[in-house]
Order: sequence, then C-alpha cells, then structure tokens
Amino acid sequence: MNREKKTGMSLIVQTVTRWLKGFIFMFGIYLAFYGHLTPGGGFSGGVVIATTFVLLTLAFGRERSLSKLGKVLASVLDCSGALLFLLIATLGILFGGAFFVNFLEKWFPSVNFRLFSAGTIPLSNISIAIKVGASLFMVFIILAVRRVVEVGGRRKLISTEFFETSEKRKDK
Amino acid sequence: MIETVVGTMILFMAISAIIALETKDLLSSIISVGAIGVATSICFLLVGAPDIAITQMVVEVLSLIILIRATIRRDLTTINGDREFFGLTVTIALIFLFFLFGFKAFLTLPEFGTPAMSQFIEAPSTKYISSGFKETGASNIVTAIILDYRGFDTLGEVTVLFTAIWGALAIMRVYSRKKRKNKNSHE
Repeated sequence: MNREKKTGMSLIVQTVTRWLKGFIFMFGIYLAFYGHLTPGGGFSGGVVIATTFVLLTLAFGRERSLSKLGKVLASVLDCSGALLFLLIATLGILFGGAFFVNFLEKWFPSVNFRLFSAGTIPLSNISIAIKVGASLFMVFIILAVRRVVEVGGRRKLISTEFFETSEKRKDK
Repeated sequence: MIETVVGTMILFMAISAIIALETKDLLSSIISVGAIGVATSICFLLVGAPDIAITQMVVEVLSLIILIRATIRRDLTTINGDREFFGLTVTIALIFLFFLFGFKAFLTLPEFGTPAMSQFIEAPSTKYISSGFKETGASNIVTAIILDYRGFDTLGEVTVLFTAIWGALAIMRVYSRKKRKNKNSHE
C-alpha cells in the first residue's frame, strides 16, 4: 500500500491528467472519425489515443493504465484492428473485383462533406486507429516496464509486472 | 535494351545468392548478400522506380553495416602514417565529385512550386488531384490517396508495425512457453 502511493508524479500532474485525459481521448477519436474530411486520419488518431494511456502511466503508475487497457485487451485490439483493415480490403475483391476497391462508395454514392461518406475510407481509418493505438501503447509498456535486475549477483534483463511469469516468480 | 540489362542483373543476383549460401567464409557471404541488394536497387532504377531504389540502397547499406558489425568482432583498424594523406586526398576528391554531381542535378530540377511529377500529363498524381474527390467522395485528398489509391502501402505500414510489436513481445518474454508449462507442472 505504501509503495502504491509512491508511484506516479506529483498531485498537480495527477489532477491535470484527471481533467485532460478524456479530452485527449476524444480528440484522438475525432481525428480518426473525421480523417476523410479534415486533416488527420487513422494513424494520427491512434497515436493520440495511445498518448492518453501513456499519460496515465506516467502520472499514476503502470497499475492504473494496465487496469484500463491490459495486456490481453491490447493484444486483442491490436490483432482485431489489423484483421479488420485486411477484411475491408479483401471485401473489395468480393464485391468490387480488386483488392482495396471502395465498393461502398460505388453502391451508395454519398453526399459529400458528411460524416457518413466516402465509403470504406472511414471504416479503414477507424480500424487503423484501433490497431495503432493499442500497439503503440504496447510499445511504450514494453519499453517502460523493462528493468535490469540483479538476480543472485548476475545482472538480468527482466520485464517486471507485465508478464504473469515474473509476478509468480516474485511471490516465490 | 532494358530487358537484357535487368536479365543480366537477375542472373548476377542468382549467382551471388548461390555464392552467399555455399561459401564457408562469413564475411564473403555477407558481401554477396550486399551485392544482391545493390543489383535489386539497380533493377528498380531501370524499371522506373527511383524512390524505391533509394530506399533499397539505404536499407541495404545499413543492414550490411549491422551484419558486418554483428559477425566481425574485431574493431576497425586505425589508419596511420603515410596512408593518412592518401585517405584525406581521396575523401576531399570524393566530396568535390559529389558536389559537382549534386550541382548538375540541381540544374535539371523544375522551377520552385511545380512538382516534378506534374510535368507529365499521364502521371498518376495528376489524376489523383483532378478526380480524387469525385471518385472517392473524401474531401481530404491525403486520406483519399493513402486509403483508396495507395491502400497497399498503408497495409504494408500496418503490417510492419504489427510484426515489430509481436517480435518485440516474443523476445522480451522472460520464459519460453515450454519452460513455463514445466514450471507450473512442478508446482
């Protein structure tokens, strides 16, 4: 309990983070959803979404952010985002005759400058945002959680608390 | 003409690949692999893809340096005595030569504000700009290009990110899955 209080940054940073995290997250979602209308897109939106969790990790410690977006959930989102993008591309073969054909735009020619327009482009943007957000958060966790620990007089590279095995090891 | 040159390049690549596989010396094997990369780069240049040729060349040089540093444990030998003057002269001459080539190349560039690709009427960029909005319905032309016309590139980028992360996760694992199972069965 005592150790938990120590993790993270000062009260000011924690308070500001508590206020801002929702807005940053919403801005990432906006960038991804409106990527076909305004500057932005799946990649930048995903990076902003990942930044929210990075900020949570820096301000409150890794337990807080990993309870919101754990390893398993991040893996599932990472894989499903990539597969969704591939699925949208493959559906182009099925309905349009070639890979990456914008078949929705051909079927339902949309009103320009609307949120629901441009066929498969917003769908691809959203799937890329899910994929990039989850995977960049995983990159940060992998890099930040890695520690050099001395075990029995020998220096060892260990990923603490992210993988269950090391936790089990500590209990022993 | 181009076909024969590309054909000889492919033959050269095949021979270098066989040498890289069969040779006993590790350094000559790595140098053969580098020769394959340079030949690939020349092929890309000949078939009209200079940007990919540049990327291929840069990646090839970088990976060659990393491979040589990883396989050869010795440090670089320092040049001493008489060879110092020779090395300096060669360096200055090469810098001058590159400067000359660069100056010549800059003279052939189009005027500022006119993209090089827009000088050809059949260039794909002209079509993207003129009919991108009509065909895709996306008012942001960058998104229209990277997710509609050039969807393959975006798929490649996503795949690179995906593979990098799963590779890092596999390497950073403390125990392999087999050992973990054995450990659990012990408990």
